[in-house]
Amino acid sequence: MAIFLTKESKVIVQGMTGSEGMKHTRRMLASGTNIVGGVNPRKAGTKVDVDGTEVPVFGGVKEAMEATGADVTVIFVPPKFAKDAVLEAVDAEIGLAVVITEGIAVHDTAAFWAHACSKGNKTRIIGPNCPGLISPGQSNAGIIPADITTAGRIGLVSKSGTLTYQMMYELRDLGFSSAVGIGGDPIIGTTHIDALKAFQDDPDTDLIVMIGEIGGDAEERAAAFIKENVTKPVVGYVAGFTAPEGKTMGHAGAIVSGSSGTAQAKKEALEAAGVKVGKTPSETARLARAALAG
Amino acid sequence: MDLFEYQARDLFAKHGVPVLDGEVIDTAEAAAGVTERLGGRAVVKAQVKVGGRGKAGGVKLAKDPADAVEKASQILGMDIKGHTVHKVMLAQTADIAEEYYVSYLLDRANRTFLAMASVEGGMDIEEVAATKPEALAKIPVDANEGVTEAKAREIVEAAKFPADVADQIADVLQTLWKTFIAEDALLVEVNPLVKTGDGQIIALDGKVSLDANADFRQPEHEALEDKAAADPLEAAAKAKGLNYVKLDGEVGIIGNGAGLVMSTLDVVAYAGENHGGVKPANFLDIGGGASAEVMANGLEIILGDPAVKSVFVNVFGGITACDAVANGIVQALELLASKGEEVNKPLVVRLDGNNAELGRQILTDANHPLVQQVDTMDGAAERAAELAAK
Repeated sequence: MAIFLTKESKVIVQGMTGSEGMKHTRRMLASGTNIVGGVNPRKAGTKVDVDGTEVPVFGGVKEAMEATGADVTVIFVPPKFAKDAVLEAVDAEIGLAVVITEGIAVHDTAAFWAHACSKGNKTRIIGPNCPGLISPGQSNAGIIPADITTAGRIGLVSKSGTLTYQMMYELRDLGFSSAVGIGGDPIIGTTHIDALKAFQDDPDTDLIVMIGEIGGDAEERAAAFIKENVTKPVVGYVAGFTAPEGKTMGHAGAIVSGSSGTAQAKKEALEAAGVKVGKTPSETARLARAALAG
Repeated sequence: MDLFEYQARDLFAKHGVPVLDGEVIDTAEAAAGVTERLGGRAVVKAQVKVGGRGKAGGVKLAKDPADAVEKASQILGMDIKGHTVHKVMLAQTADIAEEYYVSYLLDRANRTFLAMASVEGGMDIEEVAATKPEALAKIPVDANEGVTEAKAREIVEAAKFPADVADQIADVLQTLWKTFIAEDALLVEVNPLVKTGDGQIIALDGKVSLDANADFRQPEHEALEDKAAADPLEAAAKAKGLNYVKLDGEVGIIGNGAGLVMSTLDVVAYAGENHGGVKPANFLDIGGGASAEVMANGLEIILGDPAVKSVFVNVFGGITACDAVANGIVQALELLASKGEEVNKPLVVRLDGNNAELGRQILTDANHPLVQQVDTMDGAAERAAELAAK
C-alpha cells in the first residue's frame, strides 16, 4: 500500500507537451510511473515518443479518462491557464489532481477549490505550487526525484519541495511508503491533516514525518488532529524560526504576520500533541530513526 | 504587496466605495493650495505602511492653509516605528458620529474568503477580536458566489449594523467586494468606516494588500510599487528575477527551494549563537534549476552586500544534479572575476543529493582559494558562522 498513489495508478499529464511537462513526463516514466496519456487540445490524436514509450495525446481530461482509465492527473500548465486546467480535471471527476504549477493567483486557487467543494470533492487536489507525491517503487506523480530514496515504512508530508528531498535523502536507508509535497501556497487542496489521516490508516506506514514552515496555522490544526486521531509516532520539523515579521520567504504562504504563523508557536503546538520536533533537518532525521527503532 | 492609504483610497474610489476628497503631497509647501481646494480645512495624514500612526503623532487637523503647511512640515520626515514619512495625504475633514469596521480577506484555514464586520471600528481590530469576539462578525464568502445583495444583507445583520445605515453599508460591502475581486486583493479593509453627522457612510481609512501572483492580469499594479523604499539589494535582485530578502546579519545565504533556504537561515542562526551572535544576511532561493548564470547573479547580489562577511551555498541536488551546480559555482566565480567584481569573501559550499560526489570533486579540482566544502548542512553552517565572526 501507500497513500493516494500506488502502482495501480494510471497517470495523465496536463501540459505534457510543454518543456517542463515533457521533462518531468520523461522522469516519471523512468521511475516506473504508468503514464497513459497527455492532454493538449491542440495536439489531440497525436502520439509523443518519450524515450521509446509512445504516449497518446488527448483533447481533454474526460476523453483521456474514457480512453485509458486514468485516475490521476499531473498538471504542469502555466499559472495563467492553471485554473481552467484544474476546473477541467474536477469536472471530469478524476480521482487525484496534482497541481505542480507555481505562481497561481490566489483568487484562481480559491475559485477552483470552491468549485471542487461544490462538486462534492470527488477529485483530491494536491498543491498548487508543490512537488507532487511519490510512493517509491510504485509510482511518482510530480517532480520529486525518484532516485534519492527507497521504499520503506515512513510516511512524509511536507509544505516544501527541497526540504522533502533533504529528509528523504537523510532517511533513504529506511525508506518511505509515500512522500507527499502539499505545497507552500496560502490555499492548498490536500492539507497536513488529510495526509496524516491517510498515513494513520495505511497499514504500510509505521512512522509519520511532518514538515511545516511559517505562515498560517495549518501546523497548529494538524497538532490538534494528531492529539485526537493519530496513534502512530509522528516526528516534526518547522522551518523559519528566524524569519522576520512581514517578509514573505519564497513561498507565497510563508509569512509571519503579527504574532501568528511563527515557527515557535507551531513547534509548541506540535510538542503539546506528543510530536517530537527537531531543531534542524538532521536532528529531525535522528528523531525519526529513534522513533522507528521504538 | 501592501499599499499606502492613499493608494487604497484611489482603488476604493475606482470601484465605487465612498471616500472623502483628498490629495497626496511630498512637500509641505504644497499643503496650502490643496487645503484651499478642500475648503480651507484638512486632515494631514502620514503615509506609512505601519499601524499606530495616529498615536505616534502622524495624523493632525489643520484649521487653515497656513496651518496645513505647518502640520505637513511637522509630519514629513517623521519616523514612525522605523518608517520615514515621505508623503502625507490631505483629506477633507469629516464630522464623525460612529466608527465601524469592514474587511474581506483570505481565510487560509477554511480555504475560502472571509468577510469581517463590526460596529466597533476605529480601534485595532485584533484587540476587538481578542477582547470582545462577539462584536466582530465573521462570515465566509464563497469564491464563486461572491458578495451578492443577499450576502451583503447577511453580513449587515450578523454585525448588527443599525437600521438607518443598513442600506448604505450593504452597498459599501458590495463595492468593496468588487474592489477585492477586480484588484486580486488578499485583503481590503476599511477602518474606520464612518457614519457622519448627516448620516453619510464613508470609508475614512483603509488597507489593501495585493497578490503579486496576479500581476500578469493586473498591469496597473506595477505603478503602485514603492520603488523608493525598496532595499537597493532587493531591487537589484528583483530586476534579475531572484527571490531575495535582505536581513540584518553577516552570513550570506544561497540555497535552492524556499523551505530549504528558510531552514538554512535557522541553522546558521543557531550556529551563530556560538560565534559572537552572527546571523543570516539574507534569504535567497535560486530555485530548483541552479544554472551557472543564476548562481552568478545570486553571488553577485550577495557579495555586493557590505554587511556580508562569509557566504554559505547550501544546495540539495534534486532535479538538478550537484555536478551541474558545482560547475555553476566555478563558472560564476570566473564570470564575476572577468567582470572585475571583487570576490574576496569566503564561500562555504555544501552539496548533497544527486551526484553529490561528482560535484564535490569538481570543486576540489577547481581549487578556488575562497571556496571551502563541508559535507553536512549543520557543519557548513557552523563553518560559515565561524568565518563571519572573524
